[in-house]
Amino acid sequence: MEIILFEFALTFYFAAAIVGILELFKGTKTTSRIMLGLTVLGFALHTADIITMYAIGGHIPISNLHEASSFFAWCIIFLFFFLEYRYRIGLLGSFIMPVVFIMMLSSSILPRTIKPLSPVLQSYWFGIHTLLAFTGDAAFALAFGIGIMYLVQEHYVKSKHLGGLFQRLPSLETLDEINYRLITIGWPLLTLAIITGVIWAETAWGKYWRWDPKEVWSMITWFIYAAVLHVRLIAGWRGRRAAILSIIGFCAVLFTFFGVNLILKGMHAFV
Amino acid sequence: MKIFALGVNHKTASVDIRERLAFSGNKLEEGIKRLHSLPEVREVAVLSTCNRVELYACVDSVPAASEQIKDFLSGFHEVARRDFEKALFALDGPDAVRHVFRVASSLDSMVLGEPQILGQIKAAFDFSLSKKTTGVLLNKLMKKAISTAKRVRTETRIAENAVSISFAAVELAKKIFTNLSGKSFMLMGAGEMAELAARHLVNNGVTGVMVVNRTYDRGCELAAEFNGKAVRFENFLEELTHADIIICSTGAPTYVLHRDQMQKVMKERKQKPVFIIDISVPRNIDPEINRIDNVYLYDVDNLQDVVDTNLQGRKAEAEKAEGIIGEEVDKFGRWMSTLDSVPTIVALRQRAEEIRIEELEKFRNKFPGLDEAQMKAVDYLAAAIINKLIHAPTVALKDDAEDRDELIALTKRLYGINGDDD
Repeated sequence: MEIILFEFALTFYFAAAIVGILELFKGTKTTSRIMLGLTVLGFALHTADIITMYAIGGHIPISNLHEASSFFAWCIIFLFFFLEYRYRIGLLGSFIMPVVFIMMLSSSILPRTIKPLSPVLQSYWFGIHTLLAFTGDAAFALAFGIGIMYLVQEHYVKSKHLGGLFQRLPSLETLDEINYRLITIGWPLLTLAIITGVIWAETAWGKYWRWDPKEVWSMITWFIYAAVLHVRLIAGWRGRRAAILSIIGFCAVLFTFFGVNLILKGMHAFV
Repeated sequence: MKIFALGVNHKTASVDIRERLAFSGNKLEEGIKRLHSLPEVREVAVLSTCNRVELYACVDSVPAASEQIKDFLSGFHEVARRDFEKALFALDGPDAVRHVFRVASSLDSMVLGEPQILGQIKAAFDFSLSKKTTGVLLNKLMKKAISTAKRVRTETRIAENAVSISFAAVELAKKIFTNLSGKSFMLMGAGEMAELAARHLVNNGVTGVMVVNRTYDRGCELAAEFNGKAVRFENFLEELTHADIIICSTGAPTYVLHRDQMQKVMKERKQKPVFIIDISVPRNIDPEINRIDNVYLYDVDNLQDVVDTNLQGRKAEAEKAEGIIGEEVDKFGRWMSTLDSVPTIVALRQRAEEIRIEELEKFRNKFPGLDEAQMKAVDYLAAAIINKLIHAPTVALKDDAEDRDELIALTKRLYGINGDDD
């Protein structure tokens, strides 16, 4: 059942990503509606899939990398809907849906065996810690998309070739502001995720910090985004530089998420 | 009956012919009244703008009407026919309809997609309507021209991008800033183009206007016009920190703003974005400034490039618009042909009414004992029967079918309606 739901969600996201990319070349109101419709359908199935998994496992379905990246994609779309509703940013879907689809695709090729949650993780901290981390990362993912949009739009304005997407992309100031807001949402969430992780680690393993690769890379990510906010407030680094930093930051997020699990193994390797 | 369009416009005639044929001021009222009184002209409207003098009419015979109108133009404007005849265009039937739709949709305009023409065409038809020189056909033509123009506007991007330098500047500002309201603006120097762009910006909500001028008094004058403050030329660098948008148009022979100066300004502004428009020739602002982060510098050539690109874009959209217009012309043609059956429908209804009244009279004479209420009931029945009977033929006649001409002939024969009453 949950496999069918997942495959269908994946298919709809694939279609949405394709329409999203086509929209970059030849967009109308209809194409953006189709893209949004496909995303909503995929999201509904995806939600059903996650609920089913929750019912089977009895916990948030992130006990293996397949589940975790699927859940990550779900969080990104959830936040995407919110942004779409609040700001109606033209073309955001075209930049976000391909990312979501790739995440879901990697989820689909990762092993799906549902392992019972090891006793050490069976704690209410599990829910709090992971939810904070995932929503924070989702905000960074959207900041990444917005950052790329900023760079594209700024390229048009600077180079004075106002073709292509110039008319349909939002203003530089809007993109910069949303990018900033997303980071001001993501960074505190990441901070809280790290703090709850540290507390939980103490209760579970009796040690706050073990220099586990996941911990180290979370710390690196945290520093990058802290720097984004710091230089913005102190030196007024905004616009292009802020956009580039948020793209670098998201690369760190991705490495923390996938790289650490697949390349470096550690305490967090099950997630 | 045919739609007929005749006249001169910027594509067919030079300005000296256009101005001699123009219906300016109070000439218009007399002109359309006299046109309407021409024996061949059923309905008429006149569009007279600086780019075109065009007559739209509804006529029975195109060649005859054409002659009469040309004679009228020659007499009314006191111009010899040979002086303007070569510059005239004349179209009839679907071609004339297409022309009106294209004019209204601004496909025939000098600046493709410019918005004024629709208002002008509307005013022209409204004026004729108020002078009662238009009827069913031209009124419908006007309605369709307006709705076609609106369709073109919403379904294509023909009017979307700015095609003048000052509007291009505003459009760019809107892609740099979320909202122009509350942004502050510095005008350096003066000049027509700069002031026009400044006015557009102020209309779009820009506040906090600062005017810098070498002549302080001139600066004060301009500042008063924009509700802003004048700044002395010596002090402009200090005030530059507060300006989000700068338009520069001083007559200085060299750069008045250099890269290092601007870098300092940006530091003080905490890197808040600045949009600078340098429309002075020679340029007054070091082009290197565009390399600074969050500074966007456009000179007059850059803006002209933007305008040219937008015009190219409009041309591409115009092709889509032609398709829409084609559809609408066909629709209008179909509507016009349904008019052919109107006289027959009217005659049919009349015939039925006559029969009803006649038979009712006979009935009353046959049964003199009936009271008013009973007679009313009989009348009601008779009316109901004839309505039911003529309903189906009426619908069939109105229907846009290929065999309508045959139907019209058949109806006349079947119901004993004779003659051409139109």
